[in-house]
Amino acid sequence: MAHFPKPSEGSWTEHFEIDTEPVSYADSISPEFYEQERDAIFRRTWLNVGRVEQLPRKGSYFTRELDAAGASVIVVRGTDGEVRAFHNVCRHRGNKLVWDDYPREETKGTCRAFTCKYHAWRYDLEGKLAFVQQESEFFGIDKSEYGLLAVQAEVWEGFVFVNLDPENTTPLREYLGRFAHGIEGYPFHKLTQVHKYRAEIGSNWKLFIDAFAEFYHAPILHSGQYTAGEAAKIKKYGYEALSYDIDGPHSMVSSWGGIAPPKEKAMVKPIERALRSGLFGPWDAPDIGMSTEELPPAINPTRSKVWGMDTFVFFPNFMLLIWRPNWVLTYHYWPTSYNTHIFEGTCYFVPPQNAFQRLQQELAAVSFKEYGLQDGNTLEATQTMLESRTVDAFPLCDQEVLLRHLHSTAQSYVRRHQQRRSETPATAS
Amino acid sequence: MANVFPAEFAELEPFADWAIHGERARYAKRISSTMEELQAFYDVAFPLLEKGTSYLEKVSLDGIGDEDKHLLWAFCSLVTIAFPVEAWGQPRVPDSGPASIDAVVEPAV
Repeated sequence: MAHFPKPSEGSWTEHFEIDTEPVSYADSISPEFYEQERDAIFRRTWLNVGRVEQLPRKGSYFTRELDAAGASVIVVRGTDGEVRAFHNVCRHRGNKLVWDDYPREETKGTCRAFTCKYHAWRYDLEGKLAFVQQESEFFGIDKSEYGLLAVQAEVWEGFVFVNLDPENTTPLREYLGRFAHGIEGYPFHKLTQVHKYRAEIGSNWKLFIDAFAEFYHAPILHSGQYTAGEAAKIKKYGYEALSYDIDGPHSMVSSWGGIAPPKEKAMVKPIERALRSGLFGPWDAPDIGMSTEELPPAINPTRSKVWGMDTFVFFPNFMLLIWRPNWVLTYHYWPTSYNTHIFEGTCYFVPPQNAFQRLQQELAAVSFKEYGLQDGNTLEATQTMLESRTVDAFPLCDQEVLLRHLHSTAQSYVRRHQQRRSETPATAS
Repeated sequence: MANVFPAEFAELEPFADWAIHGERARYAKRISSTMEELQAFYDVAFPLLEKGTSYLEKVSLDGIGDEDKHLLWAFCSLVTIAFPVEAWGQPRVPDSGPASIDAVVEPAV
């Protein structure tokens, strides 16, 4: 039985003109395809690397290891207050410029200048080479030619993005498109209480996005999280989204969610009743300066009264979840090989005023982790069986439309990139 | 010997080793405990949480004292172990096998 209306075509998938044939998942088990994705996607699109709150003052910096792009970047707030990004490479002999103890681990801090550990070449916060040890030993070196290599960096609603393609000319806001425009004005800057989790996952990066871009699995995989009676009811009901939408490479799903607070308290576990909180967040929504009805237009786009949360998938690897009780969750998927990636999940809450509110948020964050643990291991099981190539045609249902869109988007990025390269005449090198 | 927790929560004193800072450390204690140990802590702590709501709502996080901080952390541990006790019937998340998700940024208190 349909609970929510679908487009006139009869399905979301046909509405978005995506084919309805079984998919092969060949794009998730091939080392060769992954190498093409690195070049076509991760070296060429805007990637979210953090929030402005991680750069609270002049000289604040953090590094990000972008394995899929074969790069490490330094993101720093300059003396003029601007956020910039640089390749983390010393221009003298190529040493990694900023790192502590373990060269492959990310770091953060505050400084007035970046000094290389090797020969003390020093760069200011704007990337200019400021000091060369024993400069007179060099051969007429012009310091202005040896600044750090800049990476394009832009900020959208407090989210810091970088783009490693020096030829990229699409501004961030234009790239993020219609959904980002429609989210602008949401008070992200008020949600500064952060719980961040990290996991090494044994699957292709797209498979974890798949897991979080559909909720068809939720009544089954996560049934143990509900009370027994509630689990049976939810399973029978199944899952239908309020709506789906697609804008270029990006997509979103808008979901109902009656569990914060639940209609009946018997639906939830004792700890949730005691703390008035759970996976959907603390039931007592904090004041963020706007009511649910006043949220920017891309959030709860159907203006449904039973709206619970929206999931935005900003291609390639940034997901933004906005929950009705005024909190936000982000997901990032950083590939490390064709069948491994690092997953990051970050909860953002309004800072709690008292110990009870702090516990309500703890329960929401920990619930996310418990769900994520189930998802994470399922993915490794999926990856190994896809790699067995026993089966190569998988039917996806209409509630899995965003998965079809993600995989076809990745494939078209790779295809277009190959076309561009084949059209460019080869040059002698 | 000085109290670890505020006087109103004296029943928690035998479980002072659950007043742990950080979800990562709390989770590590959860998965190295038996279900009997988790249940014993839950049986004492859960009724105190239900009774303690109005107390906790008066505890401001700004300048929180040591006893209240310990109480908050013990209840954070209760949140962590509520899943095995109320849902899983085992310390680990079912079917999570070798998967792990680690806290890398957490609130100061």
